[in-house]
Amino acid sequence: MGAVSELEGDLDQVNTDAAIEVRDLRMAYGPKRVLQGVDFTVGAGEVIALLGPNGAGKTTTIEILEGFRAPSGGHVRVLGTEPIRGDERWRARLGVVLQSWRDHGRWRVHQLLHHLSRYYEPYANPARRPFDIAELIDAVGLTEQAGQRINRLSGGQRRRLDVAIGIVGRPEVLFLDEPTAGFDPQARRDFHDLVHRLSDLDDTTILLTTHDLDEAEKLADRILILSGGRIVADGSPDQLSRQISRDAQVRWSRGGEHFVHATEDATGFVRGLFEQYGTEIGDLEVRRATLEDTYMAILKREEA
Amino acid sequence: MNAALHAVKLGLARGWIEFKNSLTNPQDVSFTIISTAAFVVVIYFQRDATVPGTTFTLAGVTLPSMLGMLAAFNGLIGAMSMITVEREDGTLLRAKALPQGMLGYMVGRIALLTLQALGSMVILLAAGLLLLPDLAQAGLGGLLLVLAITLIGLVATLPLGAVVGSLFNNPQAVTGLSMLVVGGLVAISGIFYPISAVAGWLQAIAQAFPVYWLGLGMRAALLPDSMAAAEIGGSWRPIETILVLSAWVVAGLLLAPPILRRMARRESGSLMEARRERAMQRVG
Repeated sequence: MGAVSELEGDLDQVNTDAAIEVRDLRMAYGPKRVLQGVDFTVGAGEVIALLGPNGAGKTTTIEILEGFRAPSGGHVRVLGTEPIRGDERWRARLGVVLQSWRDHGRWRVHQLLHHLSRYYEPYANPARRPFDIAELIDAVGLTEQAGQRINRLSGGQRRRLDVAIGIVGRPEVLFLDEPTAGFDPQARRDFHDLVHRLSDLDDTTILLTTHDLDEAEKLADRILILSGGRIVADGSPDQLSRQISRDAQVRWSRGGEHFVHATEDATGFVRGLFEQYGTEIGDLEVRRATLEDTYMAILKREEA
Repeated sequence: MNAALHAVKLGLARGWIEFKNSLTNPQDVSFTIISTAAFVVVIYFQRDATVPGTTFTLAGVTLPSMLGMLAAFNGLIGAMSMITVEREDGTLLRAKALPQGMLGYMVGRIALLTLQALGSMVILLAAGLLLLPDLAQAGLGGLLLVLAITLIGLVATLPLGAVVGSLFNNPQAVTGLSMLVVGGLVAISGIFYPISAVAGWLQAIAQAFPVYWLGLGMRAALLPDSMAAAEIGGSWRPIETILVLSAWVVAGLLLAPPILRRMARRESGSLMEARRERAMQRVG
């Protein structure tokens, strides 16, 4: 399927350093067109957050990249291979974090991780050794639960085990579909530290989907917004906010009265305020558009 | 290191780990004990009745037949329910995300089901030998034949069970339906009473399926040759037994790999999520 409808012509110009390349990716379920020409590239070692409303096709996109689903058309490469044709050697270089439920309930945490890690032994790469299990269990904060049966773990502990399973083979590319759904704030923070470690120390390329914009901003080098089956925004959180509005809102009070002013040059404006009124100024607040403002504005623009 | 061979080894390790896990699980252990106890009770009540026209106990004929039934039961129902449950809970998807994971998974399942079948048969056979010292005359040769028939029986029924399991989405429905079908087959296959007691057309149906032939093979292995007189055609019919069981083995091994590969290829997180939602509705 994919080979027939692949884009012709410019294949030789494709950047070979990219970990993930997607060109004109299309996916239809019967008459329902979920993806209508998705384009993006992820460089090796980049951390990308894929955002979008429910039903925008985030999970479909990730499943196509994981090789779990055949696309209707387009050019897709992960580590230089078309995912649906990826062999076991290719599979060994990927990590997939699944939303598990109750599988392997009777296994013990270290037992399952050790067993699953052994699948990577024939593909061992001296530069990227599989994780030491004790070290991995510690990295996801499950040391106290290492000997426990998996069906005795709490929801958050299970999700951390899912992450550990996803990275046990020390993948070059890691896919995370809503990894922190159901995490408490502490578990979320620990997870963020882990993602930073994977990205900084191991140079892992990471693609994650999330509904948590704060999380996306903290973790991602670059944000992709998927809406209506297309990528409607692609850039760093800062670049995206500047696309929508360069203005910052300045709020202050003077003589019991409250004021708001939108300006591109917040620093200059505030300097002017102080020069004019000095100590009369109170309650000063300068606020740039947050990622949430930007996200909502981009979606609104797309719907219009 | 050959990756496929390595995955086969990991599959065997997985089967062994899960077998040990089930030995320490009170629910599993009590299920095995209760179901085996039910069979032992049947034997106990049949121990004084004799097969008409002989001095051989009825229980002595029923026990080997039950061993044959257990092999078929473990292969069909065991594989069927395992596949449906593990598609729903994500075990299968996890295997798919690993290099050579599906191979390891399948080998692990075959190993586990074989160990479980052998385990319950050993318990039943041990109880049988205590209650029916007559059976001991079958000797070591007879026991080896029992083992061989068990393994053939599992190879004949496991792929079939897995295929049926992979075609359905709802574990409860599959288990219920297959219990009915296999239960019906057992009823007409001469397991608890001689097959001559059922109508001719039912005998014909029974002889198309492995349950009857596994029972017959076990009787041939454990009973004195004089008992063959009570069977269809007055013989153990070893050639026919081998032919029918081999036909099921070949059919299973031809059908199962492409169907299971197709199922595995279609497995994805969102499909599993949908099944999980449905399962939640069943529970809630």
